[in-house]
Amino acid sequence: MPWTRIQADDSRRPGIFRSSHAVREISYRDAIREALSQALSMDPDVFLIGEGIDDPGGVFGTTKGLREVFGSERVMDSPIAENGMTGVAIGAAVAGMRPVLIHMRVDFLPMSMDQLINHAAKWSYMTGGRVKAPLTIRAIIGRGWGSAAQHSQSLQALFAHIPGLRVLMPASPYDAKGLLLGSIASDSPTVVIEHRWLYDQKEGVPEEAYIIPAGRGTIRREGTDISIVASSYMVYEALRAADELGKKGISAEVVDLRSVFPLDEELIIASVRKTGRLIVADTGWRSCGVSAEVAAVAAEKAHAGLKAPVRRICLPPAPTPASPALEQAYYPTFQQIAAAAGEIL
Amino acid sequence: MTDGIDKETLFRLFETMLRIRLFEDRVVRLYPGQEMKCPVHLCIGQEAIAAGVCLHLKKEDYIFSTHRSHGHCIAKGMGLRPLAAELYGRSTGCSRGRGGSMHLTDPENGIPGTTAIVGGCIPIAVGAALSAQMKRNGRIAVAFFGDGAVEEGTFHEGLNYASLRRLPVIFVCENNFYATNSPQKARQPEVNIADRAAGYGMPGVAGDGNDVMFVHDSCREAVERARSGGGPTLLEFRTYRWKAHVGPDSDIAAGCRPAAEYEEWVRRCPLELCGQRLIKEKALTEDDIDRLTGSIEAEIDDAVEFAMNSPFPQQSEILDHVY
Ligand SMILES: Cc1ncc(C[n+]2csc(CCOP(=O)(O)OP(=O)(O)O)c2C)c(N)n1
Ligand SMILES: [Mg+2]
Repeated sequence: MPWTRIQADDSRRPGIFRSSHAVREISYRDAIREALSQALSMDPDVFLIGEGIDDPGGVFGTTKGLREVFGSERVMDSPIAENGMTGVAIGAAVAGMRPVLIHMRVDFLPMSMDQLINHAAKWSYMTGGRVKAPLTIRAIIGRGWGSAAQHSQSLQALFAHIPGLRVLMPASPYDAKGLLLGSIASDSPTVVIEHRWLYDQKEGVPEEAYIIPAGRGTIRREGTDISIVASSYMVYEALRAADELGKKGISAEVVDLRSVFPLDEELIIASVRKTGRLIVADTGWRSCGVSAEVAAVAAEKAHAGLKAPVRRICLPPAPTPASPALEQAYYPTFQQIAAAAGEIL
Repeated sequence: MTDGIDKETLFRLFETMLRIRLFEDRVVRLYPGQEMKCPVHLCIGQEAIAAGVCLHLKKEDYIFSTHRSHGHCIAKGMGLRPLAAELYGRSTGCSRGRGGSMHLTDPENGIPGTTAIVGGCIPIAVGAALSAQMKRNGRIAVAFFGDGAVEEGTFHEGLNYASLRRLPVIFVCENNFYATNSPQKARQPEVNIADRAAGYGMPGVAGDGNDVMFVHDSCREAVERARSGGGPTLLEFRTYRWKAHVGPDSDIAAGCRPAAEYEEWVRRCPLELCGQRLIKEKALTEDDIDRLTGSIEAEIDDAVEFAMNSPFPQQSEILDHVY
C-alpha cells in the first residue's frame, strides 16, 4: 500500500491560500491533474475512466496528457452508460483496484444513482466491513451561458444524505489536490465535486503528494462578529462579502467546509460560539440541503451561543433557467450574503 | 422518379433541409455576437434525417429529441420565431426563455419537449406511444437520438418495453460516429446499431442518412408498421456532424476528428445530393433554389428580428412554471 507513506494534513490549516513564496503557484485545474498523475504513478491499482477523458480537451484540462503518459489501459474513455459504468468501477474496486470515475457534469450522476446508492454506499456495510469499495467519483458543477436545467445543478445534498458515501467540495487548488488524493487513498466511496468556475484559481501547492482527510473544514478568514460558512464557489462570494462587511467595520469569519459529508461540526460550532451569528452559503438548493444541515448543527450544538436567527443563502427553489436575464436573478452573490448579515447584526 | 418518390415530395424534403441548413448557418454567423447565450449543438450535415422522417408525420404525432434538436423541431413544424427567441433567451421563445437551445418545445406541433440527458428521450417516446395505444388516437411517436444513446440503459429498457407492448414508436438513431469527441469504436463493439433490433424482436434498418430519399423510404415502412399496430422499428441512419460537438466552430483543426473523414462527408452533403438530383430530373433549376433560399432567408431575418425585439423574462418570474 503506497498510500500510508503520504503525509496527511489534518491541521485544518487553510492550505497556502494566500501563498507562501516557497511554494510554486498552480491552478485548481493543474492541482487536480497533478493529483491524478501522482496517484497513477504511485499505485498501479489506480486507473481513470470516464466519458471523453482522453479527448483533446481532457475534462477542462484536468486529465490532459495523462493517457500519453500512463497509457490507454489506465486512462480510459467510457461508453455513455453512467449507471453501468459506475457498477463496473465498483466491481473493479471490490476486486482490488482504485478507480477514479470522472463525469464532466454532476448532472449525469442521477443516471448512476442505483449503483451509487444501493451498491457503492452499502458494500462495506453489507459485507460486515469485510469488502471495501475504494472508488472515487469526480463530478463537476457547471454554471452560466444558458447551461439550463440539466447542465448546472449542484447535487451535493443528494449524495450527502446517503450513509456510506463521502462528499468533498474543494474550493482552492491546495484542497483540490489534497482532497482528491485523500479520496483515492481512502477505502470508502467518495464523491469529489469540483466547480467549473474555480479551474483558473491559483495558489501555492506543494509538489509532493499530500492528503487532506475527509471531514476537516478550514477557516479562510478569521473574524469575530459573524460566521459565514460556505463551500466550493460560494467560499469566494463569502470572502467578497467579508470584504464588504469589513468596510463597515464588521468582522466576518469565513469557514470553508471542504467536506460536506462528514461535516466538520467542531469547526462550525467553535466559529458560531465565537461570533454568535451564522450565515450559510451553498451552491445548491435550500430544502433539505447542505445549508440546512449546517444550520441544524448550530441549532443542536451551539444553540446557546447564537445571538440571532441563522440565515441561508441558496438557489431559489426552481430549476436553472436558460435566459441570461433569469440566470442573473438565480445565482446569489456576495451582495445577498452581505445583506443577510445586515439583517442579523 | 425513382425510389417511389415523386417530385413534389422530393422538393418538400429539399425545402425542409434548406430551412434547417439556413437557420443553422445563421446561428453560426450570429453566435459570435454573444447575444445567444446558450450552448448550441448544430446539426449541419445531418439535415436529411430530420426532413426524411418528419415528412411522414402528422402534426399530432410526437417527436422527442436531444441536445441536437433544432433540425427535428423545424422539420416537425416549429416556427422560426419561437425557436430564435428561445435561443436568445426571450419570453416569446418556445420554452419562454427557460429552456434555451437544449430544451425546445412546441406541444401544438407534437413536440412535448427535448432533453439533453443522453438517452433520456427514448423511454419517454415509448411512454407517449403507450398513451397513443391506450387512447387509440392513432398517433405515433418518434425518438431521435445519437449513437451515444445506444450505450445507455434507457435504450435497452425502452426498446424492450416498446417491443413487448407492440407500441407505435420509431427509434431513429442518427449515427454520426462520435459522441462529443469519442469515436464510436472507442465506446461500442463493432456491431451495427440497427442489428440490435433483432434482440428485441423488432425490425432494424441501417443506411445512408445523407440520402434523404433513403431516409424517407425506410421510414415510410416504419410509420406504416407503427400505425397499423405492427409495433416499433429501429432505424440507424449514418451521417456526419460538420461543426464541433457544441458551438458554431469547426473542431477539425483542433484534432478532434480526421480532416480527410470530414472532407469525405462534406462531399456527400445531403442538400447537394438532393438538389443535384432535383436539377437533373428538371424538377428544379438553380434559379428556383436561389428564390427558395431568398424566401427562407427573409423568414429567418424576420425570426431574428422578432427575437431581438422581444422582452426577456422578468426576474420576478423566477419561480414560475416550476410546478
Ligand atoms: C447522461 C448523459 N451523459 C453524458 C452527457 C454529456 N454529453 C452530452 S452530448 C454527449 C454525446 C452524445 O453523443 P450522441 O448520442 O452520439 O449524440 P451527438 O452529439 O453525436 O448528436 C455527451 C456525452 C449527457 N448530456 N448526458
Ligand atoms: Mg453521435
